[in-house]
Amino acid sequence: MPALIDLIRAGRRVERHNPWRRVSVDGGTWRSAASALADGSLSLLGLWGEPSRVHMALLDNRTSDIGVISLDCPDRRYPSVAARHRPALRPERTIHDLFGLVAIETPDSRPWLDHGRWQMQAPLGERLDAAPDPAPYPFLPAEGDSLHQIAVGPVHAGIIEPGHFRFTASGETVVRLEQRLGYTHKGVEGLMAGSTVEQAARLAGRVSGDSTVAYALAFAQAVEAAIQIAVPPRALLLRALMAELERLANHLGDIGAICNDASFALMHAHCGVMRERVLRAADAAFGHRLMRDIVVPGGLARDITADGSTAIRAALEQIRRHFPSLVELYDNTASLQDRTVGTGIVTAALARQFAAGGYVGRASGRTYDARRSPGYHPYNGLRFDVPTLDDGDVNARVWIRIREVEQSLSLAGQILDALEAGPIKVPLQIAPEPCEGIALVEGFRGDILAWLRLSDGRIERCHLRDPSWFQWPLLEAAIEGNIVADFPLCNKSFNCSYSGHDL
Amino acid sequence: MRKLLLQSLFRQPLTEQAPRPDDAAIAELAATVGRTARRRLGRSLSIREVDAGSCNGCELEIHALSNPYYDVERFGIRFVASPRHADVLLVTGPVTKNMREALERTYSATPDPKWVVAAGDCARDGGCFAGSYAVVSGVSAVVPVDLHIPGCPPPPMTILRGLLSLLEEVDAGDTAR
Repeated sequence: MPALIDLIRAGRRVERHNPWRRVSVDGGTWRSAASALADGSLSLLGLWGEPSRVHMALLDNRTSDIGVISLDCPDRRYPSVAARHRPALRPERTIHDLFGLVAIETPDSRPWLDHGRWQMQAPLGERLDAAPDPAPYPFLPAEGDSLHQIAVGPVHAGIIEPGHFRFTASGETVVRLEQRLGYTHKGVEGLMAGSTVEQAARLAGRVSGDSTVAYALAFAQAVEAAIQIAVPPRALLLRALMAELERLANHLGDIGAICNDASFALMHAHCGVMRERVLRAADAAFGHRLMRDIVVPGGLARDITADGSTAIRAALEQIRRHFPSLVELYDNTASLQDRTVGTGIVTAALARQFAAGGYVGRASGRTYDARRSPGYHPYNGLRFDVPTLDDGDVNARVWIRIREVEQSLSLAGQILDALEAGPIKVPLQIAPEPCEGIALVEGFRGDILAWLRLSDGRIERCHLRDPSWFQWPLLEAAIEGNIVADFPLCNKSFNCSYSGHDL
Repeated sequence: MRKLLLQSLFRQPLTEQAPRPDDAAIAELAATVGRTARRRLGRSLSIREVDAGSCNGCELEIHALSNPYYDVERFGIRFVASPRHADVLLVTGPVTKNMREALERTYSATPDPKWVVAAGDCARDGGCFAGSYAVVSGVSAVVPVDLHIPGCPPPPMTILRGLLSLLEEVDAGDTAR
């Protein structure tokens, strides 16, 4: 099977695409890339469209090389990748909904984000009038004796985002879960097209609120790669500091919330306190609890406050003191372990096939962390471990978070120690000729891909791929054979983003 | 676990711990919300949160209202699972076209008297998502709104303050629908 470098060599190189190469390929090369994905030598990092072109970001599993291959499709059709490699299915359905491009031989031609309510079809391609009377969405059939269906959502019982889950159950056991997402689709990529870099940066920070730092960072890195500028060291360190605080806050919140879904409210309360401390420290240091709109292309919008370091160090110290007793509590509570151990298992093969990032991948043996590979500043100068487990159950996903909390505590400390005075921003000088940039950034949930093309100083096209794209489908697999009552627990252990996925 | 529980027994509650002005304000604000809610609604204020397409930032801060620092449940304000149990709909997001019907149906399912609070900048007018083919623009374009709470996202204190001003307005004149 071809390695990524062979596919890249088979194509025509596109100029001014950084830092990894993008090539234009023919249909044959596109198909052999799909086969290489199917046989596991490549992983899919993203699949997105333009009005008459499709792009695929690929990771070579052997060499860790990254590249983008693009296929022009003037007749608005392209060979389906999902026909060979199932993780490409939802992205392909999305490309059809947004651009009207048809994947030939697709195993599923149902719409995905388009619920028939936009008053138009293919809003980012050649727009068509909406179908006058859209047919009801056909869910996949499940046949068998005494099966029943449970429809949940889009409005859920808790304070969570909207999405629809269709369970087919046999008694208590889930036979099939089918997700239907797209309820929070806001048309972010449509809004970005033609916008200024500043406007687009604000939008990028609002793709998924819990990952606002990571998204702003991915977008900023892609812009900086496109126009080939280097950010000052102080800005790089402060960006990483914010990214680690975001990871800490989210992991602490998740650990508590997972235990809460197993009716163990004590952990939830204690983790909630620690999460709040991180957010208050972030507020004291950067003027915003979620640190929104602070990472901008070129550096930072504002520097850390004079007493910011002290506030962060105090929060870190409190967590360092308090967290071990909670870990011990989690580990020694049999009733809690009874719920999490062996529940919602994701097999290593599936995690690999879907190139699942973050705790979902790392709890199922996939050691991938964008901070390590491809890696970006300042992480190459910092010491940290990437924890991995093989069990793939809810318990493993909790433990990965616990270990990552410890790593982030250490990283934040190292960053504060390394912080030196200096500039925090360089001016953006965007040449009028088109240039393209790509970035892969590790958010708390997994790797976020950002790809964009600048033209005349504005965003011509930007694609942001949330880690959830390759985690949501695994939740469908993980719940199979579990009881319905364990779904909230499994779902929380994944904590996929609805907004990040729906865009 | 025994040790943790024991510590909790003897430690000062977090909400009353620090004398810093904002912590004091939380306690005062939360107490007032509690009194007013009880006067108006007898027992409590039940809130049903509806995400009508937000980025989930507002949800994080609404969640924080229940943590031990803010602990809104002490004052009878609680989040309920069904709109049929709710007095207030707390709506976030720029209302996507895909969520419009779900929001309308949630509103219809809420018994009278009811109030709608739109939380966050995009719930006011769509925020930075206004003008998109996929967005309706603001909660008030879909259901009548009694109060907007600004912020992106509004911090928990601001949300609490917003609920208080809603209750004062409700007290002054019957604006419930």
